[in-house]
Amino acid sequence: MSMAWLFGLNIAFLAAGTLVGQILKRTVRADGARAVVANMNLRIVTWWALCAMVGLAFALGDAVVIVLFALFSFLALREFITLTPTNRGDHRSLFWSFFVFTPLQYVLLWMQWYGMFSILIPVYAFLYVPTRTAIAGDSEHFLERTAKIHWGLMISTYCLSHAPALLILNIPGYAGQNAKLLFYFLLIVQLSDVLQYACGKLWGKTPIAPRISPHKTWEGFLGGIGLATAIGTALYRATPFAPWQAAALCLIITLMGFAGGLTMSAIKRDYGVKDYGTIIAGHGGVLDRIDSLCFSAPIFFHLTRYFFAV
Amino acid sequence: MTPRVHPCAGLLASLARLVTGANSRWIDCPVEPRQRLYFANHTSHLDFVALWAALPEPLRSQTRPVAAREYWKRNRVRSYLATNIFQSVLVARPDPAAESNGFGLAGGRTILSPLLDELEKGGSLILFPEGTRGNGEEVGEFKAGLYHLCRSNPDIEAVPVYLENLNRILPKGEFLPLPLLSRVTFGPPIRPETDEGKSEFLLRARRALCRLKDL
Repeated sequence: MSMAWLFGLNIAFLAAGTLVGQILKRTVRADGARAVVANMNLRIVTWWALCAMVGLAFALGDAVVIVLFALFSFLALREFITLTPTNRGDHRSLFWSFFVFTPLQYVLLWMQWYGMFSILIPVYAFLYVPTRTAIAGDSEHFLERTAKIHWGLMISTYCLSHAPALLILNIPGYAGQNAKLLFYFLLIVQLSDVLQYACGKLWGKTPIAPRISPHKTWEGFLGGIGLATAIGTALYRATPFAPWQAAALCLIITLMGFAGGLTMSAIKRDYGVKDYGTIIAGHGGVLDRIDSLCFSAPIFFHLTRYFFAV
Repeated sequence: MTPRVHPCAGLLASLARLVTGANSRWIDCPVEPRQRLYFANHTSHLDFVALWAALPEPLRSQTRPVAAREYWKRNRVRSYLATNIFQSVLVARPDPAAESNGFGLAGGRTILSPLLDELEKGGSLILFPEGTRGNGEEVGEFKAGLYHLCRSNPDIEAVPVYLENLNRILPKGEFLPLPLLSRVTFGPPIRPETDEGKSEFLLRARRALCRLKDL
């Protein structure tokens, strides 16, 4: 199954969503439901734009895909730090986080220096950030501040960079097709988000963690994860995996995606905001859109690397 | 008044919005090109650019920021930016002596005269009534200039503008900006009541500004 086929399928999903959205727009009458449909249609329009952007990056090659993910990391970190209470003593370590560690992580990926890629942020940034803040001399809430900055770097930059890291894996019998595996991964995780949202809207009754996110329900969770795993399994020909392996991996990444959405919601709830940003119409910020990817990417990368790559 | 817009002004405004991630809100304040005094909290050198960039055209080309002469005249680039692009009205900071004897009498009037001239021509102004940059947590006491300008031009409305996060993007004493998201909130316009004294009005103006923080 080729990349073009997979991308075509993605377009078909979007077209189907657009059709359903337009039908609902013309048939739904109740005010509350109309608002839901309007938001859904806005999300679909934005999905078209996002797919066009990602599709273009893939067409232009691996380097452009890496740059695109670097940009996502940068924007996500920007949203995360904006909401995190930091003070003047953090200015320089934040500057390093944005302009040194984040770009460097992607440069290491481009150089395919995997050893350094995997420890830059967990080791070097982890030790550098508190040191730079200590030099700045403000000890108020010191550990909270430095831990939050490092956490932001881990989620937005380190975790997310493992999605494009799929491009550097050497998988026997799958040479030259890594971009397709990355696209497959993005498709399944985002599809799982969309299907959880759709199933939740249709049948959602029982919230999983009502104090964190009233919209995440068991019905949405089971429906979304089940359907996305089924689709991922059916598409196993696009991957280097056997059907049962594709099923297991899809189940794991969709569960991780759910964990990401829930965790990032807990942080939003604590800060008293609904979204991390406003940059993506209908979806909120970049971090709202990629929270599931941040959690699933490192796990998908490691499992693929451990079991399938040489 | 015919605005003399520098060809780079629009581009620079877009760039400033990109860097500061500016997200602007207008709360009970119509977006219309009438004569106004926009007054804001002051925490960063970026404040005046951020506020200026947040104004849509044609409001922006009718609005001139009021800035401290000694800072913006310090080198050629700053001076060019301040005079040609932002079209700012440069004023000397009042010396402490003039202030303690009631700034607004002899000393104050001289400082305000370029601003009064500008208002006479029909332009709008951006000013920072705290006079100097604060720490970003509390809004300082207001200087009397705002009151005198409003009193001498009763038709003008004063619009409070709360600037958020700019002190984190470029705090006092730092020269490298962080790419954080800022927010510019325009609030409902106010004017001095007929029998309202200077300190009452300044207090009310400060409250109108601080209130925007929590909206």
